Amino acid sequence: MPATTPSLFKRITPQLLILAVVIGLNFLVFPDFFDVSFRNGRLFGNLVDVFNRGAPVALLCIGMTLVIATKGIDLSVGAVMAIAGATAASLVTDGYGWGTALLGALATGALCGFWNGFLVAVLRIQPIVATLVLMVAGRGIAQLITEGTILTFNNEGLIRLGAGTFMGIPTPIVIWLALGTLATIGVRRTALGMLIESIGVNEASSRLAGINSRVLLICVYLASGLCAALAGVIVAADIKGADANNAGLWLELDAILAVVIGGNSLLGGRFSIVASLIGALIIQSVNSVILLSGMPPEFNLVIKALLILAILVIQSPRVAHLIYMLRASGPERLPERQRPSVQEPKEDAL
Amino acid sequence: MNIKATLLASAVALTPAFAVAQDLTIGFSQIGSESGWRAAETTVTKQEAEKRGIDLKFADAQQKQENQIKAIRSFIAQGVDAILLAPVVATGWDEVLEEAADAEIPVVLLDRTVDAPEDLYLTAVTSDLVHEGRVAGQWLVDEMAGEPCRIVELQGTTGSSPAIDRKQGFEEGIAGAEGLEIVRSQTGDFTRSQGKVVMESFLKAEGGENICALYAHNDDMAVGAIQAIKEAGLNPGEDIKIVAIDAVPDAHLAIANGEMNATIELTPNMAGPALDALEAYLADGTAPAKWIQTESKLFTAADDNAAIYEEKKNLGY
Repeated sequence: MPATTPSLFKRITPQLLILAVVIGLNFLVFPDFFDVSFRNGRLFGNLVDVFNRGAPVALLCIGMTLVIATKGIDLSVGAVMAIAGATAASLVTDGYGWGTALLGALATGALCGFWNGFLVAVLRIQPIVATLVLMVAGRGIAQLITEGTILTFNNEGLIRLGAGTFMGIPTPIVIWLALGTLATIGVRRTALGMLIESIGVNEASSRLAGINSRVLLICVYLASGLCAALAGVIVAADIKGADANNAGLWLELDAILAVVIGGNSLLGGRFSIVASLIGALIIQSVNSVILLSGMPPEFNLVIKALLILAILVIQSPRVAHLIYMLRASGPERLPERQRPSVQEPKEDAL
Repeated sequence: MNIKATLLASAVALTPAFAVAQDLTIGFSQIGSESGWRAAETTVTKQEAEKRGIDLKFADAQQKQENQIKAIRSFIAQGVDAILLAPVVATGWDEVLEEAADAEIPVVLLDRTVDAPEDLYLTAVTSDLVHEGRVAGQWLVDEMAGEPCRIVELQGTTGSSPAIDRKQGFEEGIAGAEGLEIVRSQTGDFTRSQGKVVMESFLKAEGGENICALYAHNDDMAVGAIQAIKEAGLNPGEDIKIVAIDAVPDAHLAIANGEMNATIELTPNMAGPALDALEAYLADGTAPAKWIQTESKLFTAADDNAAIYEEKKNLGY
């Protein structure tokens, strides 16, 4: 079902509202939040930082949205980031060019994704268990590649991917916006998105309907691996070094959270990449509030938890229903919106 | 022949002082490869042992206490002369340390201490984290020489003892000085990437020109912050003075390049003082103090950082 613009807007309205509120919070704690200047050949400002620092989670959540739409989950993305970053760093330190390093890292990510997809689609291991394998082992693999050190490099081309700019805009922003657009068009202007959703809703019947679910599942995990690899390269390039211990640590959880904030059901089915990307921006805006507020770091996680909790409560079906009831009982009745629950992801269709 | 050998063996056993100088066998239970510093400590310990002609039996515990306990038991079974232990956690050592004490094998703790009665180990060789922070603070006080300074601080992982102690030490260090104040303090989780991210927010929240100095609880965060400062169009080391702790090779490189001002060494050579104490103890029973504090050496641009970098980069950091 190709998304037409009005229905897409309707779909992401709650996410946009939340984003506006969190950005407003940023403005409250730091009135100069919207100041964007051009300094040292690049856009410079807090708003730019939100988009720039949100890049790894944004990239991860593109792949994660697709995986979750098939009723799966990919816990390994953080570890794959570390592996890909380590691969890229070790290739450039061995004297290869940045192009080779990038391709090498993407190939490693694709391999990791293929491994996950194979476990899930062919061996029929539950996704959470199948990807847990690589989540645990991945950091070890990355450490083997970097030999336990932070592998630093000075390759200008590779560094530009993380810390450089493209027409004054930090490269990571350009990369995730481009990939997000590409992925959205790819799944919404073709039948691909619907096929992925059908696997998530009912894999058995979609296979009976003639969908090659096995290949499609492997491809989805492969895509997630590729996104993770790209995020890993960006993170490594940003600090000019591959830190196998810390690169992408716990980011799989942020990526899953972004997908959830984006209103996608963990039970699979209908998905929206755009909403997930806004979810990623919301998470980064929350991080930004914490950094700008100047509160002692002991409060970081508490503040983040409270804000996220508030966001999830507002999005919960009960509260959504309550809001609907309030609106429906008001003077302006919406005749065509009598039963909004039909429009929700069908959580009980399984 | 057999009797002779037995006699000889018992003679050697009865005169421990005689056997000390040569052919010492020491077991070393290391935590695992948790950080670059840890790897460097392992390398230096092996070097120190080799220098003294000590046979070092190395056991990597892969961050698990049960592996360390197993390693210590196997060292006891092998009848080593002494044990070096870098404990992964503070608690739960009493039993195995008692076993070592019963076998009369002295145990020296490296880098971290344990919650166990003091008579169960010979001594502990550690750095003083608060002192490191104090040295950093004192350096900044001397550097500013009475001028006011707005400081931003990159803390270590929230709640970790290095973060708490290094913060406390630095605050003590700058306590007496007029005009020196910490205006922003946030955690960078001891990592480069977080150091960079948090520094970016500091630069925007305070305005780069209003920040006079950065104190980072470790060098990695400082290295990340240096990149953030550069990207904001400022000169790290000049516009913003940078002092951090650990003295990893990349910090020496940054000082050599003029992008960083000072670092305080957390020496990976814990084994040197430990082996000195052990040799003295095994030779004539000199009991060392229960705590041997390693030197927290300050490195600034006055040192030959390029040379130190070359020297340190192969230690496994």
